[in-house]
Formats: sequence, structure tokens, C-alpha cells
Amino acid sequence: MVSLGVIYDFIRPEEKMLINEARNQGVEVKLVDAKNIYFNISNSLKNLEDIYLQRCVSYFRSIHITYLLESFKCTVINSFNTALVCGNKLFTTISLLKNGVPVPKTAISFSKSSALKVLDEIGYPSILKPVIGSWGRLIAPLNDPESSLAILESREYLHPIYHLYYIQERVERPPRDIRSLVVDGQFICAIYRYQPPLDWRTNTARGGRAEPCPGVDELIDVSVRAAEAVNGEIVGVDCMEGRDGLVVHEVNNTVEFKNMVRVTGVNIPSAIISYLKRRVRK
Amino acid sequence: MKALCPQCEGEVNIPEDAVVGEIVTCPDCGSPYEIESIGSEVVIKPAEVEGEDWGE
Repeated sequence: MVSLGVIYDFIRPEEKMLINEARNQGVEVKLVDAKNIYFNISNSLKNLEDIYLQRCVSYFRSIHITYLLESFKCTVINSFNTALVCGNKLFTTISLLKNGVPVPKTAISFSKSSALKVLDEIGYPSILKPVIGSWGRLIAPLNDPESSLAILESREYLHPIYHLYYIQERVERPPRDIRSLVVDGQFICAIYRYQPPLDWRTNTARGGRAEPCPGVDELIDVSVRAAEAVNGEIVGVDCMEGRDGLVVHEVNNTVEFKNMVRVTGVNIPSAIISYLKRRVRK
Repeated sequence: MKALCPQCEGEVNIPEDAVVGEIVTCPDCGSPYEIESIGSEVVIKPAEVEGEDWGE
């Protein structure tokens, strides 16, 4: 029997679905609460599982625990390198570009004054994003020099991570983006995420509405290539419908998929657990 | 199953299929709680506040 460690800090609907599916498929599930564990790294780890699924909400907990387990030869999905790249928008964009995946025009700068120079080059409107962060948190539209200066100034009073000014063109798109799921290099399904009233961000965590999205060739191709670019084994790929085609703006390594299951009817937990079982046998 | 909200003493509903680690919310005051243990009674504790590094 395959033993699966599910590393979590909170049990969301996704984790419940995965745990139930794993048990249905005869997998022995061990729940690992990241908030309660500790490791004496001078000693070797004991009672390890065949494979671990990293599902922590906290990015820093996630990458550190994954690194530690991998250092003890454990298999963790997604891997440390994938998590490290996906958790940082700059690293993700560079990986996507290197692999020929279309992305929005992007620049990075390291001071307020150079960020303003970037804006002169990319133009307005643009978008300022923290390199680390999710759910649309602290993403700000930069519509003109005056308001941009105010937003950039406000970041100077936050943690130094927010002094990395990752700036992206504001892609002209319909009021939605697309989230697709890729498991083991296979496109599983996709949804449109419509922006809610009074917000331009489409994150369902912010009230974005989900609808099924057909798996057309371009979407499948871009999604699979984006997953490959980050060596992602189970990832959510976010892209926008730009004027010249799809552009990828994010790859999620601990993907939330409850809305995908709800609107597409696809049994995503089954696809994930089946893959983990295959992965153990590789 | 139900638990008592430590904040307002409202009744927090615990789903039948609840598992330890799951987040539940008090319907009266809106406070979020994490299920700490499930036995003859359900023990809940205040959930962590969303961190800057939380997400997908």
C-alpha cells in the first residue's frame, strides 16, 4: 500500500477532497500539520512516507519543509525547485521566457526612482506586483505618474520584499482570466475566472466568478509548456487572453481547485492521487 | 456537532465530515477557528491570521 504524507497548515476543501480520494484509492494517508511538527536536523528522519504532497498555505513554511524532506531523500510534490520558482513572480517569468512561453511585458527594478523609469518604458497603465504573494494581495494598478509615485512611496514603508518593484504591462483582456490545471504534463481542465464587481482582479479568493473554459489547442499547449517551464508536476497555470494570444502570468504550485471541480465536474482529486501513486512506482 | 465560540459564546457548527485542521467560522461574530481535536467534544482554537506569504 502506498503511504502519502499530506503536509498542510489548514485543511481547505481541496485537502479534504484529496484525503477522501486517497483513502478511496487505497492509499494510506498521514496528515502532517506544519504548525505542530519540528525537525531535529542533526538526526536522521524516521517513519517517512513513500511520497509527500506539499499543501501548505504559507509559502515560507512550504519551501523550508520541502527542502528539508528532500534533503533526506524524500519525494515531495511539488519539488523544492518548483515551489521556489512558482512562489516568486520574477523567477517564474524568467523560467517561462526561457522556455518560450508567452508572458506580459515585464520589468523589475530595485528602487522607487528606477521603477518610475520602468514605467516610462513600459507605459501606463501597468501593474505593480509583489514578487512573493498570492490571492491578488497588494497588487496595484499604476495608471499615471502621479498615483504611481504615491503607490511606490507607500511600499517603501513595508517589508523590504516589497521594495522589489515587479512591474507588468496591464494586458488588454476580457474581464476574466483563465486557470488551467496540469498534472504530470497533461492538461486536465480549465475555468474562466471573471472579475467581481468593483475589482479588476480575477482571483476567486477575492470573489471572482468561475465558469468552465473549453480546452482549446492553444490553451492546452501554453498550459503544458508553462508547467514544463517550472518542472511542475501538479500546477495551476493562470493566463490572460491578450490581443496576440494567451500570455501566462502565474504558475501555482499548491493550486486551489475547488471551483474547478464545482464548475467543470472533473474529478481533479482522482487525477492527482492517481498520479502520486504512479509517481511512487516510477 | 457544535462548539462554543470563545469570542461571543455563539454556537459554531462542525460539519459531520470535519477533520482536524479544518477552519470553521462562528455564524454570530464571524471569528474563524481551526479545529484542534475531535473526540467526545470538538476543541477549536483561533485560526491564524492571513500571512503575507499565504496563497497558492
